[in-house]
Amino acid sequence: MTQTTLGAPAPGTAGSPGTGAGTAPRATTFAKALNAALADAMQADAAVLMFGEDVGTLGGVFRITDGLTARFGEERCFDTPLAEAGIMGMAVGMAMNGMKPVVEMQFDAFAYPAFEQVVSHVAKMPNRTKGKVRLPIVIRIPYAGGIGGVEHHCDSSEAYYAHTPGLTVLAPATVRDAYFMLREAIASPDPVVFLEPKKLYWSKEEVDLAELRRTFDDGQAPRRIGRAVVARPGTDATLISYGPSVPTALAAAAAAAEEGRSIEVIDLRSIVPFDDETVCASVRRTGRAVVVAEAPGFASVASEIVARVQERCFHSLAAPVLRVTGFDIPYPSPKLEHFYLPSVDRILDAVDALQWEDRP
Amino acid sequence: MSTATNKGRGSLMGGAPGGTPSAHTLLPSAEPVQLVDQDGQPTGDGRYPMPDGKRILGAYGRLVAGRRINDQANALVRQGRLAVYPSSHGQEACQVAAAVVLGGEDWLFPTYRDTVAVITRGVDPLEVLTLLRGDWHAGYDPYEHRVATQATPLATQLLHAVGVAHAAKLRGESTVVLAMCGDGATSEGDFHEALNFAAVFHVPVVFFIQNNEFAISVPLKNQSVAPSLAHKAIGYGMPGERVDGNDLAALLAVLGAAVDRARDGGGPSLVEAHTYRMQAHTNADDATRYRSAEDVERWVPRDPIVRMRSYLRALGLLTEEGERVLADEADAVAAAIRSGLNTEVDVNPAELFEYVYTEKTSQLREQAALLREELARDADAEAAGTDGSTGGDQR
Ligand SMILES: Cc1ncc(C[n+]2csc(CCOP(=O)(O)OP(=O)(O)O)c2C)c(N)n1
Repeated sequence: MTQTTLGAPAPGTAGSPGTGAGTAPRATTFAKALNAALADAMQADAAVLMFGEDVGTLGGVFRITDGLTARFGEERCFDTPLAEAGIMGMAVGMAMNGMKPVVEMQFDAFAYPAFEQVVSHVAKMPNRTKGKVRLPIVIRIPYAGGIGGVEHHCDSSEAYYAHTPGLTVLAPATVRDAYFMLREAIASPDPVVFLEPKKLYWSKEEVDLAELRRTFDDGQAPRRIGRAVVARPGTDATLISYGPSVPTALAAAAAAAEEGRSIEVIDLRSIVPFDDETVCASVRRTGRAVVVAEAPGFASVASEIVARVQERCFHSLAAPVLRVTGFDIPYPSPKLEHFYLPSVDRILDAVDALQWEDRP
Repeated sequence: MSTATNKGRGSLMGGAPGGTPSAHTLLPSAEPVQLVDQDGQPTGDGRYPMPDGKRILGAYGRLVAGRRINDQANALVRQGRLAVYPSSHGQEACQVAAAVVLGGEDWLFPTYRDTVAVITRGVDPLEVLTLLRGDWHAGYDPYEHRVATQATPLATQLLHAVGVAHAAKLRGESTVVLAMCGDGATSEGDFHEALNFAAVFHVPVVFFIQNNEFAISVPLKNQSVAPSLAHKAIGYGMPGERVDGNDLAALLAVLGAAVDRARDGGGPSLVEAHTYRMQAHTNADDATRYRSAEDVERWVPRDPIVRMRSYLRALGLLTEEGERVLADEADAVAAAIRSGLNTEVDVNPAELFEYVYTEKTSQLREQAALLREELARDADAEAAGTDGSTGGDQR
């Protein structure tokens, strides 16, 4: 039902990750990588705590916290009363008092009760106190759609957070990045909103988690916060994307290659801070750009990217920068979501519209 | 005045409860605890022991200073030295008691109105007034005296207090956290979540409501129809207590018992002080629109300072000479505030970008450079004798 080629889950399931039959021995799911990152971070630093709704015994509705309570005890990974503002506000106080809380908001649209705490305190406390109070909090949010979820389970809420100075906003798209970025987020002295594309939870890659752990612990992993990456090199146009839309953009680039067009794909990884350098270097090379994102396009992160690219790369552009985004509607019901989500075809149409005939 | 026997034992006087507490031990008493009446006479209220005279005298000195701080700050608003000041005039007994019942390892979580409590706790008054002066948001280091930033979004700080207490508990520290809020703030969801979290995690927090009868213009009856705000405690499984908020002795006793109880592992509790906001919400408020002068007049005889003064004078603990010393001390605090605020603090625009992220993003570096250029241009224009700010679009 979904348009993506990677990581499409069984619709409506929230099952245990990484149990698919016939997978390669070292195939690791996105979910498993997150779980390993949490466990490794908790192992490495006793100040790291994990709490939220159903994260203890159940291991989270997506099992991202599976086994953490058993391994680290109820003081390190625990269930809270059902109250998002409470979870977030308590995290502020715990961070003030030496802890590094990682909290799970069960779903994107259920993080809204905590919004005031995020905006008024998590984001502002270091500023209000001239840096005397640091809040190294990670807010994990299973986010965005494509899983056949019913209403209020599929929002793309990144613009709310990205618009709030003081928050780092990350959205990994690959299994490796899921691991490294979560470790990096937990190590960051600043608060991080960590958006986990739900539809990628079950996507797999051949990675050795022990190897990733060693790489991170040895300080060998290249920094990801604030650094975009070229996910697929190309010469004719740039697709700029992040999180759940990256696999779709990659699939579109692969399809375009069959038609003879060489499309570069940028995976932002970090929405805030934004990597102007990598994005602009690519667009200056290719002269054409399409931003692909699942959120409604109006007043969105995609809009911001378009504006930045126009401001910085205007003289390199052969065509206006276009957007392929969700429609400006509340996230649709499962039977309709495939009409909404940016699809390979819609991306290819946008690429076709980049005034190729005017090419100098 | 009813006798000690028909009021029963103060609900905070019990030790650490084990298991599920029973309802009657959690309910506040029908009447607020009062140890000294408005004429300065001991009431014989046997629910809480009368605090030691020396302790009351020490706190009384802070009460006198607190009133001077309120008066001075109000004057400074009129002179344009402070942008705004939410006065706690009439509520100083609550302010002082909240600060002095805590030990050095404890934390205080104040609201915007609790400036006197913050100063009483030891924070430099000029640093406290940074917020209200408009120099920066919070002017003091919260770790120095373990005083959180004064919160303006209502009730949000109560959850932070729970977090600090929870972390302290996990670390095996004996820290107690006292978190303040007003009557209006008890209607906020964060108030509910904070009490519930504190009770579920059984953390050492004392929630202290200063019920001054108004949330800006809205009277208590529009906030809640509970028998009292302290009655809300039972819904969370923690004890609630009501206290005369203009009786310093009772506040010291009740808040002291709540702090002791929390420190002994008894968990959180809720204390409601009945007091009154004698002045407007802030200088921007017109209190005559929602209450009459007669309403306010009724509270004048209950003034916390007058009452405690009579009590201490009658005991012989406070002499005329002693009063002069306290008045001089209060004057000194006020004078220091006045002269401190008379000097303009240099605000540094470069700092705007310093404390957003630990490391400035490239976007913030660009914006900082832009502002620097703008300022340099203005400075050049000024040096050249032209006004850089006029003449339409500078670009
Ligand atoms: C979340 C929130 N809503 C509204 C306001 C605006 N506001 C500031 S003070 C106030 C009244 C608060 O009353 P109360 O809690 O009784 O405290 P008091 O001012 O009486 O000390 C209001 C509505 C605010 N600061 N925060």
